[in-house]
Amino acid sequence: MAAIFSLYIINKSGGLIFYKDCGSTGRMDTNDSLRLASLWHSMHAISQQLSPVNGCTGIDLLQADTFDLHCFQSLTGTKFFVVCKPGTQHMEALLKHIYELYTDYVLKNPFYEIEMPIRCELFDINLSQAVQRESVILLGR
Amino acid sequence: MIGAGKIKQYINVLDKPLSKGKQEVSLSAFAFLFSELVQYNQTQVDNISELERRLEDAGYAVGARVLELLCHREKGNRRETRLLGILSFVHSTVWKVLFGKVADSLEKGTEHEDEYMISEKELLINRFISTPKDMGAFNCGAFVAGIVRGVLENAGFPAVVTAHFVPVEGQHRPRTTILIKFDEEVLQREARLG
Repeated sequence: MAAIFSLYIINKSGGLIFYKDCGSTGRMDTNDSLRLASLWHSMHAISQQLSPVNGCTGIDLLQADTFDLHCFQSLTGTKFFVVCKPGTQHMEALLKHIYELYTDYVLKNPFYEIEMPIRCELFDINLSQAVQRESVILLGR
Repeated sequence: MIGAGKIKQYINVLDKPLSKGKQEVSLSAFAFLFSELVQYNQTQVDNISELERRLEDAGYAVGARVLELLCHREKGNRRETRLLGILSFVHSTVWKVLFGKVADSLEKGTEHEDEYMISEKELLINRFISTPKDMGAFNCGAFVAGIVRGVLENAGFPAVVTAHFVPVEGQHRPRTTILIKFDEEVLQREARLG
């Protein structure tokens, strides 16, 4: 079973701009994924206000019984998050790598309109490769 | 002026050797600039062939300047006068200066005498670009085609240059072929020169 369930990218206003499920576990239909994305955006914002610590930047990791949710927020407010099997390691590095792919293959693409859903062939190809590589490493452990 | 004595003073600016130029620039910076160029031109046109033409025109200006510069810098103010000479100049010298490498291949068209092709597995300017399906066969390589046309035309080899995606067997990504179709006068002159 693949350790990574699904991947999301949400823009700074909470709209889902990219969704990808890896394997059959935890698959969601379009409505559910949109709902989860905006829900996460709001929770992330509220957590910043509720946090007792000064300068909190929001939730990085949500641990549940059946999944872990790792989140990475870029400086411009775009959020990348991945839902995976509880206890999966090295998700921060994967998210950073996905961010890198996003800056390369999405932001440097003249046909991409910023804040809009991502439809870039090269991004898809490179992302699949990254996730596959990660799964191989995880299985090897 | 501090340190002014150390620099050799040239009385005439033309005596100064031409600088070698900076060998590399940031690919990211270029990618963003090129992306803006494409986006700007997209707002100025109503159809794809118009966009292609505008990119080609932008490249043409680059090609004209590149020819001038390279003839001076690399060839001691001489330029190629023969067909194969200018083609290999484009394929190796121009490509190396612009993209840091020699083009993957230079071939003669099989069907027509006046056609030549320069192919690249992955054109540098297309590194980060995914062309949407609804744009059909549009290729941002039109800019490079323009550069090639600029070099050729200013060297006295008028030609029609176009960029195409060509699918490769067993490869996910198509390669880009720059198709060069020379004008009739060029071939007649070549024949005369023997």
